[in-house]
Amino acid sequence: MTQRARLAVFGVGALGLALVLAWGIAGLPDFGHYPGPYGMLLNRVAVPERHASNVVAAVVFDYRGFDTLGEELILFAAVLGVALLLRSGKEAHEEPRPMASEAVRAVTARLVPVAFLFGLYTIAFGPVTPGGGFQGGVLVALSLVLVYLGVDLAAFRKLTPTPVVDLLEGGAAAAFVGMGLGSLVAGMAFLQNFLPLDKIGTLSSPGSINLLNWAAGIEVASAFVLLFVELLNYLEAPE
Amino acid sequence: MIPLQLVSMVLVGAAGLAVVLARDVLRQTLVNAIYWLALVLLFVVFQAPDVALSAVAVGCGAFPVVILVGLAKVRARERGRRE
Repeated sequence: MTQRARLAVFGVGALGLALVLAWGIAGLPDFGHYPGPYGMLLNRVAVPERHASNVVAAVVFDYRGFDTLGEELILFAAVLGVALLLRSGKEAHEEPRPMASEAVRAVTARLVPVAFLFGLYTIAFGPVTPGGGFQGGVLVALSLVLVYLGVDLAAFRKLTPTPVVDLLEGGAAAAFVGMGLGSLVAGMAFLQNFLPLDKIGTLSSPGSINLLNWAAGIEVASAFVLLFVELLNYLEAPE
Repeated sequence: MIPLQLVSMVLVGAAGLAVVLARDVLRQTLVNAIYWLALVLLFVVFQAPDVALSAVAVGCGAFPVVILVGLAKVRARERGRRE
């Protein structure tokens, strides 16, 4: 195809895309005019009904708890796939690499506990303020990866023994599913609240959302730790 | 629309363009993390802090790590082949 013909094809395509986009944008509701009755309804009922001042947490772990189960299992299956493909049984015997510079070691040594604690805080206060199991779980996992940056892979592996992390990942996913099935057996809706509600704004306010939130947090944190361990092991393994 | 929202949208657009224009893959990975940071800013400005937290953890943490590990592996293999 000549340069000219290519340009012509691109021109027609781009013009078509621009027209369709402009048509679509023209049909959008005005900026700031949210037309979703579902969101409006949740905003009104979620806090009085579920005692979770972070309405997002109430949606994720209660009103749409079944969707969250799916999301958890997606992550679980993805990490399982990575482990199946990359776990060779061979421990990476790392070439002794030059130690990280003193500045890097000093910063990571101070950053790891702070980042870890912030991750736990993000999980714990998820139902009260923005955050929750998913976000906090990734933060916890990333805080542990900093150990790899500051020391080496062996230290990161020692800090996160794979059998324990495997167990935590599977156990947390099973706990989430178990709570859902348990509520069905008890004759309630799937993942329905079974703990007493407390005063709005306190940590114990939203009842069993807390349990689901922590299950998600542990599942996500251990899934990401496993992902990083497998990837880094693969990276450092001899060909 | 308040000016801050407009600024954050323009920033996201500019950062997205920068990702496309970066031709070196390593550089592109880092520019992409900056693009996600702009997105995080947009989410905060549009009052979606939950989404912002997810975006910062995935876009600036997990995603770059996965790409960087892949790149390092490819480069190590290429170096091994050349020797």
